[in-house]
Amino acid sequence: MSLNQESKRGLTLIAPPFLYAMALLAGPLLAVLVFSFWTQDYLTIDRTPTVANYTRAFTDPIYLTILGRSLVISGVVTCVTVILAFPVAYYVSFHIRADRKSLWLFLITIPFWTSYLLRIFLWKVMLGYNGVINSALTGLGIVDEPLTFILYNANAVVITLAHAFAPFAILPIFVALEKIDRSLLEAARDLGENAVMTFLRVTLPLAMPGVIAALLIVFIPTVGDYVTPAQVGGPGGLMIANLIQSHFGGLNDAPMGATLSIIAMASVTVIALATVWIARRLSGGGR
Amino acid sequence: MLRGYVIAFLVFLYAPILLLPVFAFNDGTVIAFPLNGLTTKWFAELRTNGELHAALVNSLFVAGTASVLSVLLGLAAARANVRYQFTGKAAAMGLIMLPLVLPEIIVAVSLLVVAVRMFGLDLSLWTVIAAHVLICTPFAIAILNASFQSLDPSLEEAAIDLGCTRPETFRLITLPLVTPGIVAALLISFTISLDEFIIAFFLTGSDPTLPVYIWSLLRFPRMIPVVMALGTILVLVSIGILVLAEWNRRRGLARMGAKDTGGFL
Repeated sequence: MSLNQESKRGLTLIAPPFLYAMALLAGPLLAVLVFSFWTQDYLTIDRTPTVANYTRAFTDPIYLTILGRSLVISGVVTCVTVILAFPVAYYVSFHIRADRKSLWLFLITIPFWTSYLLRIFLWKVMLGYNGVINSALTGLGIVDEPLTFILYNANAVVITLAHAFAPFAILPIFVALEKIDRSLLEAARDLGENAVMTFLRVTLPLAMPGVIAALLIVFIPTVGDYVTPAQVGGPGGLMIANLIQSHFGGLNDAPMGATLSIIAMASVTVIALATVWIARRLSGGGR
Repeated sequence: MLRGYVIAFLVFLYAPILLLPVFAFNDGTVIAFPLNGLTTKWFAELRTNGELHAALVNSLFVAGTASVLSVLLGLAAARANVRYQFTGKAAAMGLIMLPLVLPEIIVAVSLLVVAVRMFGLDLSLWTVIAAHVLICTPFAIAILNASFQSLDPSLEEAAIDLGCTRPETFRLITLPLVTPGIVAALLISFTISLDEFIIAFFLTGSDPTLPVYIWSLLRFPRMIPVVMALGTILVLVSIGILVLAEWNRRRGLARMGAKDTGGFL
């Protein structure tokens, strides 16, 4: 078969999904960008291009506070999730028999696929004043009064999101660990490194691509999470998605909502690229 | 020590889901401890709730349609990705897979802006379906990529050498070998669409999907035990679907003699 015919077949096949993504993803994202330069006065949209929304977003403290809070919460969630996930991925990759690994991964991913809304709602039940955690702690006599700093604030958002995105962090780290040639570890041990140094100097650097992927795959969607802050965040735990939603809903200022979406996406992209760049520098020269 | 940690982690992962049946069978409207007594009345209430049944029918329609469409698009993309070399492949695949990492609220907002503000369309179940196809396709592709990768190209070449036309080869050789992957992709897409909330929240008109309806119930404390009962059933159904999908995926890999390299993604 000629190369030309080969690429023609490939292009024909990829055309439908590609055009679908152009029409329903690239096009609409562009529309949001255009929209963010318009303004809305009550019900009429003024189509004169202006940066008024952006000026407002960067001067009114409420916007910057909530955007900053979203990025910080997501950053903390990302670090917590990846640190908690690494040992699990390590255990499954290094300590589980090969034919059992997919069963373990299946067990880890099941909660992720089911009842997203209810899982978050149930964290409210877990963390509440009469919740599971407080009942257990007071019942065991560990604390005298129920803890109140674990619900309706940023802490609750961090706990709930770290739970919701755990499988997302485990999978890429697991894949990276699986690719490590086990003979490299034996070589390090034979050459006199102890177990800890072997882990730090061989396993960890080789697992870095998975860790970076896990960082990004948790950070990017959590910044835009709506349900968790709305359910367990309280007034002090609201995030950018709640602000965006209220501009499209109750506040009826869709162009401002579009502007906030663009700013959120831009911030996430910058932080994601910076993470990749820093991680590559740290793990030795962009390879 | 590591083993203990992993077990604790699994308990952490499953804790909220395990609470669902506890409160679904609890005879009291307050969702907190201590528990009151055993009852099945919340499940009985599910049977008589007409709005709930309507929402369930809407969700099944959305998830059914969206999963079939995503798998069709996913088949084309995965086949092109694995089998053919052409310029622009990486960029095209990048765009198609982008919804996997894009915050869902961005997808929701952008489609809302285009549908309502630019084209003045009425929101309906079809706007939700259109968006769900967009976010389910990357998951379908991830599963189908693996199926096509473990397909031995010499089998197709042999069929063509023996006189089969290309469509015949696809129908007689390729399709049967990737069918388990297709079924797994269908089931996963169905589960994702069935469970998806934020996009449906933005894009439904007057007909809510099940998650949107559940969200509206969460504001009424009296309805919470009913939601717990509904959640218990949904979790059991989802786990059933996922077990079926995983079983299918493994059967497919075994049929092609490929090594099992792990989970869905």
